[in-house]
Amino acid sequence: MKTHSSTGTLAARSGYRINPVGVASFSVVLFWALVALVAPYITPHSVGEMIDADYFGPMRPGLWLGSDYLGRDMLSRLILGARYTVGISLAAVFIACFTGVVLGMASAVLRGPVDMVLSRLLDALNSIPSKLFGLMVVAAVGSSIPVLILTLALIYVPGAYRFSRALAVNIETMDFIMVARIRGEKLPYLIASEILPNIIGPVLADLGLRFVFIVLLLSGLSFLGLGVQPPYADWGALVRENIGGLPFAAPAVIMPSLAIATLTISVNLLIDNLPQKIRDRSAS
Amino acid sequence: MTSRVPSLILGRLLIALVTLTIVSFAVFFATTLLPGDTATILLGQAATPEAVAGLRTAMHLDDPALLRFVYWIGGLFRGDLGTSYANHVPVATLISGRLANTLKLAGLTTLVSVPLALTLGITAAMWRRTLYDRIVTVATIGIISVPEFVVATLAVLVFAVYLKWLPALSFTYQVDSFAGLLRAYAMPVVTLTFVVAAQMIRMSRAAVIETLNTPYVEMALLKGASRPRLVLRHALPNALSPIANAVALSLSYLLGGVIIVETIFNYPGIAKLMVDAVSTRDLPLIQSCAMIFCFGYLILITTADIVAILSNPRLR
Repeated sequence: MKTHSSTGTLAARSGYRINPVGVASFSVVLFWALVALVAPYITPHSVGEMIDADYFGPMRPGLWLGSDYLGRDMLSRLILGARYTVGISLAAVFIACFTGVVLGMASAVLRGPVDMVLSRLLDALNSIPSKLFGLMVVAAVGSSIPVLILTLALIYVPGAYRFSRALAVNIETMDFIMVARIRGEKLPYLIASEILPNIIGPVLADLGLRFVFIVLLLSGLSFLGLGVQPPYADWGALVRENIGGLPFAAPAVIMPSLAIATLTISVNLLIDNLPQKIRDRSAS
Repeated sequence: MTSRVPSLILGRLLIALVTLTIVSFAVFFATTLLPGDTATILLGQAATPEAVAGLRTAMHLDDPALLRFVYWIGGLFRGDLGTSYANHVPVATLISGRLANTLKLAGLTTLVSVPLALTLGITAAMWRRTLYDRIVTVATIGIISVPEFVVATLAVLVFAVYLKWLPALSFTYQVDSFAGLLRAYAMPVVTLTFVVAAQMIRMSRAAVIETLNTPYVEMALLKGASRPRLVLRHALPNALSPIANAVALSLSYLLGGVIIVETIFNYPGIAKLMVDAVSTRDLPLIQSCAMIFCFGYLILITTADIVAILSNPRLR
């Protein structure tokens, strides 16, 4: 057992140990969330307006991140891109985790043929490489934002299912579930009131990790030109548009790459540094 | 005592076969249940209704979807992959040369990344909690958490733009000398190595550390064995199975990486062919490429499991 030697009053009161890396990564995540939320109000220039006579312009006052391949303000495009990257990924991860976790818990409670068929089907879905799956759907139905959200969600349902089913199976063997069953409780009550509260911590941590996977896949698809379509652009699409600036090390191609990296790395670090209490609630 | 190994392996292969069937089902239906009539696409808008009807019968397009699925699978087994919509060339011809290129790239990456990753992963575990281990761990987490194209972009910036060692984005494909070959393949292989090796380092480090926490290693420590001896003689032989598993699993990241790397470096491989086919909606080509990718992925995953079964002495 680790002893809590922290002296901060806040930490002592809440019983959580505050970790500097955790705080730093949380601030970065919060920063991008806020940027995505208020994006249209804080862009210094219009995203479509060509304001620089030069393309791939350097960073300078007024054009803080330089200009892109058409001489548009990169900072404004990056700020609005945050909205697409964060928004689409968040929507997809909530759908994926909700579906996966509900099915996973139901499988654990129902067992038998339902469990077997669901597990086998979702395992098969899982054995299609994720990028390939995305490519196929885009080839089949074309790329629009709702299609992207649903595809990304579908790709990550099996992972969420597997994870929550493994946790729920452990809980399901406990006595209080047996008691609830004998009381005659139905499936919705069992999964919502008896199992979910006991696995919610790890499930939320898993949601964060899956969010990172989805950001990576979305950026990858957009980079291939098969994700978010012009005139909209997420960070992956921004890198694609400006890839021609790479030989000159233009900020237009470096900055969106860095934006993706800061977001995904800090979500990863945040989850690694979550207080033990949240992460492994079911393990104790 | 009879061995359980053959039956376990057989079971694993059977699961792989079932999965492959479900996957081919998914690939076929995802790409056939689309708006648009194949015969009209092939013949063009100006075709007479009779010609379209004739082609529909010839291609079995009026048969139920399940029957067409059977024809399609039968064709795959005979090596008949259909005809590309875009340029009316048999898909098999389009794919064969490209597949060899992709395999060359994947093979080279494997040759470079496996020794590199295992050395780094095992030494990091050996000197755990030192500065060296810290650096390796942070670097691998960094690479794993960013998309492959960011790795590629940064690699080009460092090696081609600042250091000027390698050509940037142009894949010249003139491999007349050994030096030319090195230069042509360097950037794609370097990028893919980063992506694959990062996974492999993490998994092999974790595998060695797990065996280091066992009682017999503690015993060796107590009898005074040195740290390298502890790792190499006592822990490593027992960590071999999880490491082999990690190698096969990490190599499956090649599939995702290859799609990005071939696109960014304009490498004439099968992933580039597929990305181009997606933008022209060339369905037979997409189906075949998707099947090849899924097949490769399944082979790697199944190999990982079988290696784990084979190297577990408790099952012998």
